[in-house]
Amino acid sequence: MRKGYPLSQLPQGRSGEILSLEFTGARRRRMLELGFSPGRRVAVLEEGPWGDPVAYGVCGAVIALRREDAGKILVSGE
Amino acid sequence: MQEKSWSPGSEVAVLTEKIYTIALAGNPNVGKSTVFNGLTGLHQHTGNWPGKTVATARGAYTYQGERYRLVDLPGAYSLCPSSAEEEIARDYLLSGQADATLVVADATCLERNLSLVLQILEQAYPVALCVNLLDEARKKGIEVDLTALQDRLGIPVVGCAARQGEGLESIRSLLRQMVHQPLPPAHPQWSDDEEADPGAHLRQAEEIAAAAVHTPVGADRLDRRLDRLFTSRATGIPVMLLLLGLVFWLTIAGANKPSQLLSRLLFSLQSPLQAALSAAGLPAAVQSALVDGVYLTVAWVVSVMLPPMAIFFPLFTFLEDAGYLPRVAFNLDHCFQKAGAHGRQCLTMCMGFGCNACGVMGCRIIDSPRERLIAMLTNCFVPCNGRFPTLIALLTMFFVTGGGPRASLLSAALLLGIIVFAVGMTLLVSRLLSATVLKGEPSAFSLELPPYRMPRVGQLLIRSVLDRTLFVLGRAVAVAAPAGLVIWLLANLTVSGTPLLQLCADALSPLGHLMGLDGMILLAFLLGFPANEIVIPILLMGYLSAGTLTDYSGLEELRMILTANGWTGQTALCAALFTLFHFPCGTTCLTIRRESGSWKWTALAIALPTLTGAALCIAVNLLLP
Repeated sequence: MRKGYPLSQLPQGRSGEILSLEFTGARRRRMLELGFSPGRRVAVLEEGPWGDPVAYGVCGAVIALRREDAGKILVSGE
Repeated sequence: MQEKSWSPGSEVAVLTEKIYTIALAGNPNVGKSTVFNGLTGLHQHTGNWPGKTVATARGAYTYQGERYRLVDLPGAYSLCPSSAEEEIARDYLLSGQADATLVVADATCLERNLSLVLQILEQAYPVALCVNLLDEARKKGIEVDLTALQDRLGIPVVGCAARQGEGLESIRSLLRQMVHQPLPPAHPQWSDDEEADPGAHLRQAEEIAAAAVHTPVGADRLDRRLDRLFTSRATGIPVMLLLLGLVFWLTIAGANKPSQLLSRLLFSLQSPLQAALSAAGLPAAVQSALVDGVYLTVAWVVSVMLPPMAIFFPLFTFLEDAGYLPRVAFNLDHCFQKAGAHGRQCLTMCMGFGCNACGVMGCRIIDSPRERLIAMLTNCFVPCNGRFPTLIALLTMFFVTGGGPRASLLSAALLLGIIVFAVGMTLLVSRLLSATVLKGEPSAFSLELPPYRMPRVGQLLIRSVLDRTLFVLGRAVAVAAPAGLVIWLLANLTVSGTPLLQLCADALSPLGHLMGLDGMILLAFLLGFPANEIVIPILLMGYLSAGTLTDYSGLEELRMILTANGWTGQTALCAALFTLFHFPCGTTCLTIRRESGSWKWTALAIALPTLTGAALCIAVNLLLP
């Protein structure tokens, strides 16, 4: 199991591969459906005026997540 | 649905009409409603952010002699519902009411759309896939191999660019084939016992997309550049303010001349109208009531409200359709989060700029009842199109002297400042509500930033003029006409020699003066409850005490009437504050009642802005010399 760190710590302009999600239940399902599933690549696109939320590129779409949620997605850096 | 009819002389029942029901499903933002409009010819409003369709829309068309009923379901990411919209979509699809299901997908984002397709394949039959937005994909160099998709999914696949009208005929033909001779159920190339693994559909979607979609590197370069401009730390908010300021400036500068021309035209028709009524033999009092009361009020509303609305709504709709609003929500989400509100409240607030009643209804895109209520209760803290012209008029008369482009720039800047203030109040009151009567846990939030789309200007103009401008204006006129009559009656019915209008104004005078206004102004606001657009005409007619609005020829005239009645800059400031923060209009109140289901919350929705406005006016009055 590769060591991962939270997506919220990935700097702008970088991308990583999603290793696991720390959500459960309906939240987990919603995250998966938005495209944040293990094995997919996610890129940090824009951090926004306040640094929160952050726009992520995943699965051909752009999804904005709050830092709190991005912190529960573990990624491996490049 | 079948209807049998007996034709005379025949012993056999003749089938007159079978209607085939087709369900339209798909992710949000894929152009489902555009396909719907293209097939049915209806004009359902389409917008480029999630949650635009919060109920099902229905339409129908006839093809080769047969009737088809289309049901446009709300956008859903999945059949496992995480929101009210998805529940509606899922329930309908599982109900079996549809004779066939057409899933619409976005060619520029196919992989993500496919997981819903795969889910639907397991639950509904027959199903076909329509890959929409092929024109957008072409622009980005994305190629979609429809045949490969068809092979791998096992269902018919058509491509279309519904906005250009391409592919609609193939869709109709396909749907006809599906209801008459559907293909046998798809034999998926994967096993079924991966139900428990939500990742299964996603992996399959990934495989299929990899095989059927070819995306060149850097396909979305333009989108990313625009996002850098609109949402980066450095430029996001300044650009937002600039854009909003630009919209205001275009509205103010552009509406000036047309407003003058319109009012000159409409008011010049007053005498001929009176002559015509006189020739028709109507008594003088009735003539006066109709011409001086009804007609002039309507004329005022139309000439003052129509030009700004006709500019603002298309501009706003342009930004909406282009996909800019989610970027606004992205930029402001942090503020709303701090205020204890849901991120989507930013979107409903923007909707409130057009019309507060629409903004309140749009709060359905917020799932959590607590956060939805906060959004509904604070929606009217931003001024709607019915109040913009009043604010602009007050600004122009008392705070911006001279004319020409510099004056309109200054007006736009002041209006921008007012709006920023209003948004700040919205956040403040939301904070207050979420800390007191509407405490609770913040709900989950994610926001999709859809690809930018170049709106089709022609269609946009038609839609924003017909659906929005004329609708809102029509509602105002429908209120203005009887209101004009009421004012005329109040002004001409006397009790011991004093017109009723004056009596009411005098009664309100103490409170009015405390707020830096006067009794007549307060009365105008109260009588303007049905629609904000009529406040100034009522005020004018009240001041002119004969209950008529003769010889109105422009804002300069209006300013003279106001100053003759004791208005100062301070009065204008308080009037502007109260315009911003007072009870919602009648339609909005009814909408709040309907959406919240409770008189208690409606009462709070009325009290909150009124008390805020009154408090601010009193404060200004007491603090300024």
